[in-house]
Amino acid sequence: MIFTLASRELRSLFLSPLAWSILAIVQFIVGYLFLGQIDLYLQVQAQINTMQDPPGLTELIIAPVFTNAAIILLLIIPLLTMRLIAEEKRNQTLPLLLSAPISMTEIILGKYFGVMGFVLINLFFIALMPASLLTGGNLDIGMIASGFIALTLLLGSFAATGVYMSTITSQPTIAAVSTFGFLLLLWVIDWAVNINADQSTGLANYLSILKHYQPLINGIFKSSDIIYYLLFIMTFLVLSIRRLHADRLQH
Amino acid sequence: MPADTLTDQMETSIPDSNFEAPHKSPHEILVSVKGVSRYYGKKKAVDKISFDVHRGEVLGLLGPNGAGKSTTMQMISGNLAPSNGQISINSFDVLDEPEDAKRNLGYLPEQPPVYKELTVDEFLSHCSKINRISTRHQNDAIKLAKERCGLSDMGKRLIGNLSKGYQQRVGIAQAIIHSPPVIVLDEPTVGLDPRQIREIRALIRELGNDHSIILSTHILPEVTATCDRVLIINRGKIMITETITGLQQRIQSSSLIISLHQPPAIDELLKFDGVSSVEEIEAGRFRIHHDPDIDPSESIVNKSVKDRWRLNEIVPEKLSLEEIFMDITTTENDETIMEPTSNAIPETVANIKLDTKSRAEKKETT
Repeated sequence: MIFTLASRELRSLFLSPLAWSILAIVQFIVGYLFLGQIDLYLQVQAQINTMQDPPGLTELIIAPVFTNAAIILLLIIPLLTMRLIAEEKRNQTLPLLLSAPISMTEIILGKYFGVMGFVLINLFFIALMPASLLTGGNLDIGMIASGFIALTLLLGSFAATGVYMSTITSQPTIAAVSTFGFLLLLWVIDWAVNINADQSTGLANYLSILKHYQPLINGIFKSSDIIYYLLFIMTFLVLSIRRLHADRLQH
Repeated sequence: MPADTLTDQMETSIPDSNFEAPHKSPHEILVSVKGVSRYYGKKKAVDKISFDVHRGEVLGLLGPNGAGKSTTMQMISGNLAPSNGQISINSFDVLDEPEDAKRNLGYLPEQPPVYKELTVDEFLSHCSKINRISTRHQNDAIKLAKERCGLSDMGKRLIGNLSKGYQQRVGIAQAIIHSPPVIVLDEPTVGLDPRQIREIRALIRELGNDHSIILSTHILPEVTATCDRVLIINRGKIMITETITGLQQRIQSSSLIISLHQPPAIDELLKFDGVSSVEEIEAGRFRIHHDPDIDPSESIVNKSVKDRWRLNEIVPEKLSLEEIFMDITTTENDETIMEPTSNAIPETVANIKLDTKSRAEKKETT
């Protein structure tokens, strides 16, 4: 059932020009930044070769691409998730799902995996860029894999937030803005604290969505970071399910 | 979605016109609503409503706008939770066993819940999946639902490009696709043209043979045309529960409109049995007030043939259904509910006119 709902969600995405234009734009920007990194690498290649313990191709080219891709998708994901529930509420099509023999959990998970399907398609195209380097260089596959897991989890967290924000309003734009605002806050939450270093609390650092991302794309695979993302995703999905239940009670 | 789990789940409700439930009996209660209330904030939208619907019964919820019809239907369909009270569908509680209850239910909300970016076929295929129809029965289910709703030629059309009437039909098709024992239709004929209205009413009657149907409307003739029983709701309370025959007994015509090409003197008309007074509306057109127990129309027709009055219209004025409705639903300081009822009147009068005209014609020929 979850699969049915997810595949409909994905189909509907591709029936509108939105999905195609997002794919194209993300691909274009990430590709541009990727080429910029390669240029940079070619310029400094001579100096690197003289170093004792030179940083690898992966570290110099691919890790920055992952960081950039995350920022671009931070802007894009809210636009994808905003319509999930909010638009069904606005078009009054939600009763179709609510009066069918499906649980709220299935509805939310169906919607979530539908969007994640799109995100994975997007990631696949991004992955083609580092893969193209395989033709002419040695890559640290472990580090790339860790980076992809990180990016997937990060985008999964973005999408879960988006699903939740979409359940609390019937205005897609409000859902998008609040998703973006919330994610941006988590992105920068440790900055203000770290300026006055003495008062820096562990909490702000722990909450920062970026602080768990950087180590992973640099190849430091800590299970606590993975757990952070999984908890994040689960929290927002559970909140969404509860929200959908609560909608029936009040008005 | 694994196909094998679906196959055994929906074995009982494959879209066959004869739905077979495990315990089928003609008077089985399929919908039971007990003491249900619903508040919106402090406002009480539905106030302790209780009723049952039996298998093979079409129940009409009649009431002015804002009476609580839609709220009641949303609660039955599980889209809203009642503030208190209990609703069960085919003996499954809507809140405790929502999935079992919903498997036995088809629901058409006020606004047909259709995805405009899909074609009719794609949409119905999605509906058959989310209603857990087994994969091998899906095509038959879609075909049958399309046939029943007159959508057979529309399969490839985009729903967004269809007219309101056709979208409404898609909405109905969606509600009956899994052939549920209970069908809840919220104002199913709104936005349809008269021919479509007649078709949909016929469909509702047909479905009413082996399903239970609850439909809401504020159009009175719709109730007499389709329902077995009617609940009149106003301000969240049930004012009347009555069968259609019972309702019709309440309607007693006590005046006739006749028009004659060669009218006699008014005194002539006053001579008929039971006639209390006659007023001339325009030249050759009269309103005849009579005793509700004595219907003078037959003797008027006979007399007119004998004396060559050249009768061309005879219509009993049956406004009493509206009057009953207004009596029940109108309370003092209540102007908002005047609107829907006054909307309903023209159509009713027109319908009854047609009806009695054909009757009068028959009388003339005999």
